[in-house]
Amino acid sequence: MSAAARTEPSPPPSPASPSRARAFVRDYLSFNNRYLPPFLITCILLAGQVQYGFLESFTRTLLAIAAAVALELALSRTIVGKWPHLASAYITGISVGILLRSPAFWPYVMCAWISIASKYAIRWRGRHLYNPSNLGVSVMFFLAPGVAAPLSVQWGNTIWPMVVVWIVGSLIIWRLRRFHVCATYAASFVGLSFVRHLLTGEPWLAQVAPITGPMYQLFIFFMITDPPTTVRSRKGRMLVAFLVALVEMFLRLDRVVVAPFYALFLVGPPALAVDLWLRDRRAKPEAKPAPAAA
Amino acid sequence: MRMDPGRIGAIVLFVGLVAAVPILDGGTPVVGGRAARSRPSGAPSPAAAGARADARARYGLKLVDVTAESGIDFVHSAPRLDPKLDHIMPQIASMGAGVSAVDFDRDGWLDLYVVNSGEGSLNRLYRNDRDGAFEDVAASMGVADLNRPGTGVSMGTVWADYDGDGYEDMFLYKWGKSELYRNDAGKGFVRATDALGLPAWMNVGCAVWTDFDRDGEVDLFLGGYWPDDLDLWRLKSTRMMPESFEYAKNGGGNRMFRNKGDGTFEDVTAAVGLDSTRWTLCASAADLRGTGYPDLFVANDYGVSEFFANDGGKRFREIGKSTGVGQAPKSGMNVAFGDVFNDGRFSVYVTNISEEGVLIQGNNLWVPKEGTSGDELKYENLADSMGVELGGWSFGAMFGDLNNDGAQDLVLTNGYVSASRDASYWYDYSIIAGGHGAIIGDAKNWPAMKGASLSGHQQKKVWLNDGAGRFSEVAQAVGYDDLHDGRAVVLADLWNRGALDLVVANQRGPLLVYKNEVDPANGWIGFDLKGRAPNTSAIGAEVRLYWDGRVQLQQVSGGMSYSAQSPRRLHFGLGKAAKVDRAVIRWPSGSERTIEAPEPGRVHKVEES
Repeated sequence: MSAAARTEPSPPPSPASPSRARAFVRDYLSFNNRYLPPFLITCILLAGQVQYGFLESFTRTLLAIAAAVALELALSRTIVGKWPHLASAYITGISVGILLRSPAFWPYVMCAWISIASKYAIRWRGRHLYNPSNLGVSVMFFLAPGVAAPLSVQWGNTIWPMVVVWIVGSLIIWRLRRFHVCATYAASFVGLSFVRHLLTGEPWLAQVAPITGPMYQLFIFFMITDPPTTVRSRKGRMLVAFLVALVEMFLRLDRVVVAPFYALFLVGPPALAVDLWLRDRRAKPEAKPAPAAA
Repeated sequence: MRMDPGRIGAIVLFVGLVAAVPILDGGTPVVGGRAARSRPSGAPSPAAAGARADARARYGLKLVDVTAESGIDFVHSAPRLDPKLDHIMPQIASMGAGVSAVDFDRDGWLDLYVVNSGEGSLNRLYRNDRDGAFEDVAASMGVADLNRPGTGVSMGTVWADYDGDGYEDMFLYKWGKSELYRNDAGKGFVRATDALGLPAWMNVGCAVWTDFDRDGEVDLFLGGYWPDDLDLWRLKSTRMMPESFEYAKNGGGNRMFRNKGDGTFEDVTAAVGLDSTRWTLCASAADLRGTGYPDLFVANDYGVSEFFANDGGKRFREIGKSTGVGQAPKSGMNVAFGDVFNDGRFSVYVTNISEEGVLIQGNNLWVPKEGTSGDELKYENLADSMGVELGGWSFGAMFGDLNNDGAQDLVLTNGYVSASRDASYWYDYSIIAGGHGAIIGDAKNWPAMKGASLSGHQQKKVWLNDGAGRFSEVAQAVGYDDLHDGRAVVLADLWNRGALDLVVANQRGPLLVYKNEVDPANGWIGFDLKGRAPNTSAIGAEVRLYWDGRVQLQQVSGGMSYSAQSPRRLHFGLGKAAKVDRAVIRWPSGSERTIEAPEPGRVHKVEES
């Protein structure tokens, strides 16, 4: 579910290749590389677990990661014919392990597998349309409410962990050039919370409360910003972020507990499909040979 | 357009995985995934009613509601707190409804004391008339009118002979002014609260009698729920809610009162290291580490459980994290000890909240890991693998051998606020509970309940232990099928028949008595221990029963399970075994006594020499 961590093809090496040392720095020590989001989410998980006992145990999260990685290896090898980069599968697994709460083990395996399988099953014009872990957890919440629930913990009882995660997350997302997505969504959520407050008569702070928890921070920093499943233009991404918040508002008015996941599930793929279609339409005339050349 | 085979395979795999999810979930998906509107739990199905007819043959027991025949007509009433809490009153005023089984007049028959929580409401002391009926004698005994306006309201009672006169005395814990009553030879109760030195006001969530320093005198542990100085009837501010749903430490303080042996107590809380301020709802004491001294296991709402290791009766150390029980914060509401594997060690059952699709904390069955004890003690949560994890919004739970098959079964009551069947508060609860302390901590930020239910109308649980590591849920089949908001559970042989009957205190509901029509083919044996004075109650005494290649541990408890106290008399089921090898009694003083081949089918009265 993460920015920059997906298995999109790497850019071809530039004719003026950097030195080996520079390449090493770029690949492994640079602030902006594909390992950064997995590293960040791992840090969040470890800090949350050590300090606040986020997880009942590491077992379930490790199980989700192992299931995601195993299926990614199998499918990539058999369908694409090559070994995949595992950052994507790792981040899907860890996301499932954090966002899904269940007393049983099987939901973690199934959720990870559904997430990974969706990347190979639901494709259009060469792209997978759904954010894998968002689809996985949405399926679990919808079809297995008896054993699957969303993350419900908080960042302790002080404000500092929350502030630190917001600042660090924002800096990283800024670096990854997706901050405008987070900002648009957060601002829309807060604004629409006020609309919900007006419509329901319930306290505004209650309506805005969810965004102060870790679940939303993970959702904002790692899910709605996911490059492979977001549209190309900056304005388009901002529009989609707003639409996710808008659909979420309607779901919340219908008292749906897991509204953000369902909202992204409903808005993200159609938006991407439209974007791909529009891009294709624009590209086709350019691709046609010029009459003069014929 | 041709699709490559790999893609087709991926689609088949994806569809297959998605289709398997509801099958694995074992039920029909809830439309919209909005578990806030959880599956209705209505009246028992015809199938369940049919199953009940042969429940005794199949499960070895049948529970029959005999409340009316027993002459018990108690209905719990909730308090009405400060009007500033009106919008969420049902959930704030949702505690209380406690019951204890005690033989207060020492006639050999168990009586029931049940607390009420409405301002001005009366508590009841039901004396067992031995003929199946109970008679309320609370007023004549002086323990009825204990919820007078301005004094707070009752949450529960714990009983022990604190003065060594051989009669069980009563500590009544309240949100407000708790009371200690000395039992005057079963003829009445005399207020002795001043001997305790309690704070002027304390919102007590639970209490436990335990002789923590093994000086022969039972001491009193109190667990605070709301902050100590908070008068819920006269709020200065609405900022009185927990600062966090899972990490709150702004609750009431714990207290330990050491019995000085002269009829008075001293507050030794700070000296023994028990000054925690979590939101405590239940605690119990037992020698869990094998040191001879009782440790304290504390279940906290809005946070982790705490394990206070008793260092030689001088000081307690909180070792919850290292034992494993204090890692994941939940909503602890119950502590019950039970030897579920018949291996002579206690497992600990802690209840929490589970609501489909919203919050699945799961209850914990903390089983001690093989080969660990003392400071190396480690627990693992086997609630899921043993089938006792999901119990709804769980409150009181208690171990006991309901069918006398020789394995400790588990009864759980649940349900938080049963109001409208068509409206659920869970969505509102989920948004506020996930919020930061600055929001959740102020009652005025909480959405109004407007008559909605919050995990209401829930089906109860009776889990039968197969003795091999698995529990089966049979509540509907055996007759525990009411849908009240249950709080306290007591298992007690009310009519001296060799069967554990079930008594349940319900919030805003009736006290229910279920008579256990147990299969007579299974044997049983009982032990009624009398310790050396002053702890004649033998609080903390352990009995290890050896029979048929098994050993089962039970102890005399000074308070166990939410707002409840089961009787001091210990009841063991024996299954088909015709004889018992021996019973080993370890008294609170540490001395042991072995009874060889005690006769099954009766209660053995044993006195510490």
